[in-house]
Parts: sequence; C-alpha cells; structure tokens
Amino acid sequence: MNAREEIMNDRSKPTHAIDPDILAQASLTRNLDEEDICLKVEDLDLYYGTKQALKKVNMRIPRQRVTAFIGPSGCGKSTLLRCFNRMNDLVDGVRIEGKMLLDDQDIYAKSVNVADLRRRIGMVFQKPNPFPKTIYENVAYGLRLQGVRSRRVLDEVVENALRGAALWDEVKDRMYDNALGLSGGQQQRLVIARAIAIEPEVLLLDEPASALDPISTLKIEELIYELKSRYTIVIVTHNMQQAARVSDYTAFMYMGDLIELGDTNTIFTNPSEKMTEDYITGRYG
Amino acid sequence: MEKKGIGQHISQQFNAELEDIRNRVLTMGGLVEQQIADAMTAIVEADDRMGDIVISNDYKVNAMEVALDEECNRVLARRQPTAGDLRLVVAVIKTITDLERIGDEAERIARMGQHAAESEEGRVHPVQIQHLGDQVRQMVHNALDAFARMDTELAVQVWREDLKIDQEYESIMRQLITFMMEDPRSIPRVLDIMWAARSLERIGDRARNICEYVIYLVKGKDVRHTSLEHMEAQARMDHTP
Repeated sequence: MNAREEIMNDRSKPTHAIDPDILAQASLTRNLDEEDICLKVEDLDLYYGTKQALKKVNMRIPRQRVTAFIGPSGCGKSTLLRCFNRMNDLVDGVRIEGKMLLDDQDIYAKSVNVADLRRRIGMVFQKPNPFPKTIYENVAYGLRLQGVRSRRVLDEVVENALRGAALWDEVKDRMYDNALGLSGGQQQRLVIARAIAIEPEVLLLDEPASALDPISTLKIEELIYELKSRYTIVIVTHNMQQAARVSDYTAFMYMGDLIELGDTNTIFTNPSEKMTEDYITGRYG
Repeated sequence: MEKKGIGQHISQQFNAELEDIRNRVLTMGGLVEQQIADAMTAIVEADDRMGDIVISNDYKVNAMEVALDEECNRVLARRQPTAGDLRLVVAVIKTITDLERIGDEAERIARMGQHAAESEEGRVHPVQIQHLGDQVRQMVHNALDAFARMDTELAVQVWREDLKIDQEYESIMRQLITFMMEDPRSIPRVLDIMWAARSLERIGDRARNICEYVIYLVKGKDVRHTSLEHMEAQARMDHTP
C-alpha cells in the first residue's frame, strides 16, 4: 500500500482536515494577553459605608479597544467605571482599597492631580449634560479652561471634535445656537465632542445611549466604533445587545464580583462561566 | 450534564419557543427515519407501492424544514439568542438541512426500488444492502437521540459508526462490481442497488454531521473537518455552563 492509499484508507482522519492552529489564527477571537494594557485594576475593594460594592476586582483594560461592563443593577459596574476617573471621591463614606493603574501609574496616588487625571480620562453620562451655552462654547470649554485663547486653534479643535463625534454636518451652520436646543441624540454626541476636544486617552461611557431612540443609539454606536482607533473606551450598558454590537471585550459583573472578562465574541457564543451564560441568555441566576 | 439548555428563562414564552423547536426537530427526525425504513422496504422487496408512499411523503419532510427554518429565523430576529440558546438555534438550522437531505436520499432509494419493480431482469439478492440500511437508520436514530439528550459521548460513538458504514459501502461496491462482471445482463439492476448504497453512505455522512452539531451545541466547539482524536478530546472537555 502506498502512502496515498494509506491516507485514503484511514477514514478516521479526513484528508481535508483543517489544522486547528490554522483555524485559531483565522478566527476573530481576541486575546487579552496579546493586547497593550491601558488600565489595570488590582484587588480593588470599594465600600459605601459598611456596604461592600466591589470585591477584590482584578482586571485589565486594553488600549484602543472597547470594553463593555454588563451585569444586573447594583452589580457595581457603574461604581467601577466611576473609580477610573475618581468620581467616587465626591461620594460621602466611600473607602477604596487596592490599586488602579493608568499606564502603570496609580490613579489614587497622593501626587495625582484629579483635574489632570480627568483630562486624561474623559467621561460621558447617561443623560446628556451640555452647558447652557452655545454649541461652540460647549466644545471649546475644556480648552478655555486650559487657557487656550487663540481663536484659530479653538475653531480647529471644535471642528475636529464635532467631526469626530459625527455631529459637524448637523450643527456647522448653527454653532452659536444654544446647545440645549439640540435633540437628545445630538446633545449626547455634543457631550462626546466636548470630551474628545481635550484629547483624553480614555473615554468612560456610562449608559451613553440608554436615553436615546434607536437611530440615535446606532449613531452613538457607530461613533464608538470610529473613536476606538484613537481612544481606549470603557462602556457601561444595560443593553446586552449593545455590548455585543460595540465592544471588543466584555466584562460580566455580579454583586460586586467580576465574574468573567473576555473576548466579546466568545462571551456571547460560548462563555466559560455558568453565571455569565444565565445572565446573557436571560435565565434565573 | 442535565438536559437544561432550554428551560429556566425568565421569559416562559422563550422557554416554550425553544422547546417547541427542539420537539419539532425530533418529530422531523422520526419522519425521516420512517422514510429510510420504507425506502429500504421499497428497494429490498422491489415494492412499487411502498416506493410511491416514500416519494409522496417527502413533501412532508420538506415542509417541516421550511417551517422550522422560519421559526428559527423568527427566534433570531425577535429574541436575539446568545450563548447556549444561540448555539441551539444554529445547530437546529444545520440539523434540519441535513435531515431534509437525508429525506431526499430516502426518496432516491425509493425510486431505485420502483425501477427494480419495473424491471424484468434477474434480481440481485439485496441482503447486504438491507444490512447497510438497518445500520444507517440506527445511526440516524442515535444521532437524533444524542441531539435530544445533548449527549456528546453518544455523538462521538455514532460518529465512529460512520467509519464502519464507509467500509461496508466499499465492500458492497466490490461485490456489485463482481456481479456485473459475471453477468452483464444484471448491470441495470446492479446499478440501481449501487445508487441506493451510495445514498445510504451519504445518509451516514449526514448523520455524522448531526453528531458534530451536537458537540458544537453542548461544548461550543466546532469539530467539523478535524480529526477523530481532536473531536473526542473536545467532546470530553469540561464545559461549565
């Protein structure tokens, strides 16, 4: 029997078998170990008074990717998101233990200037909160705070930020109208423009589309996709389908614990933890 | 692993929809098994009437495939299933395609039975093909059983069966070639048997596909076009959810 016949006769090994390694290379699955890590959380505990809201959370958030936090209400996802730019500092009775690192620098170190930190880590909230000023001034606000006066520089930054937030075409002829006259979806994109005008490294989005209609939601999602080539994006969402659509990585949290963090494709087709599966398929926990 | 996979959704309606889809796949599978059995009677007994029955029942199999496909599409659009639910719907869509093709093969075998009934030529004793038919029908039955119970061990076992079926198919081929060489007048009849054997072998392949979907459904690993060893490893792998 020659080699060819031998192969043909051994039916247990299909002659057209695909090498699993080649399959793995061809698949779209992302791997955190191969990413450039932007934010790191190490053994983070957070207490509101005596109530523990985050329990020994460890997590890595990759640069220029979208990471989504999902989980039921009260699981700690918003709390965790707010820790990244120290929004919880303003809440009475909060105690934080453990570490949070931005590019290996401790966010909670005494030497950190919170205003500087928030310039590097921008945040957008569920309800759009434009200032009662003109559209132009809303976007220019951060730069003015930084002392930029040049009209030319401001014009350029405002235009770029509005283009970046996919709002320019809709507002370019009404730059000096009051921002509160914009629709909810436009206001939300304006707030994102305001956040990216100061070129942060990280954008934190807390339910950025939950108050918007489906079309505005899609525009925000499209925007997130565009923005990730420049920024590291962390998004909290109650809408699981939204997490599935926009994110590269998904973290599932439950009762203050990080249950699972992994490639979004894997989480939504074949999660490793039963709790994750129960949550995303809508089962009793 | 318990036979969960379907129940325990907060939405009872969703439970009911998935349960309904699963049951209809099994009903379709039962019908297809019957079609194979009847087609075997048609060819072995050269039974013209039985051939008619199989041919006229094929539309039922086709209709079930169309209806199930539609139901799966509806669930995808309205429920946006994820994880195990998503894999169930995808596995069902693939399984019913294979079941429908198995139905077509049964119809083909039945037509060969009708040819045989019409022909005056000397009969070839179809004992071996009867045996092959029994094996293949059992294999389809077991594959559906593995699907119903989400039993990956059984799926691997059934998958292995196909290796035997391939061997048997080849030995039937050799035997039929001998018949034809000995008596050229038997060629038309032998060719019918050959086509039928070929169809049975194809049914075995499709039952094997169904086993691969079962492993995908339960373990979340696509084992198509991999080696038997790789598949066995995946089927035994611990998979928490």
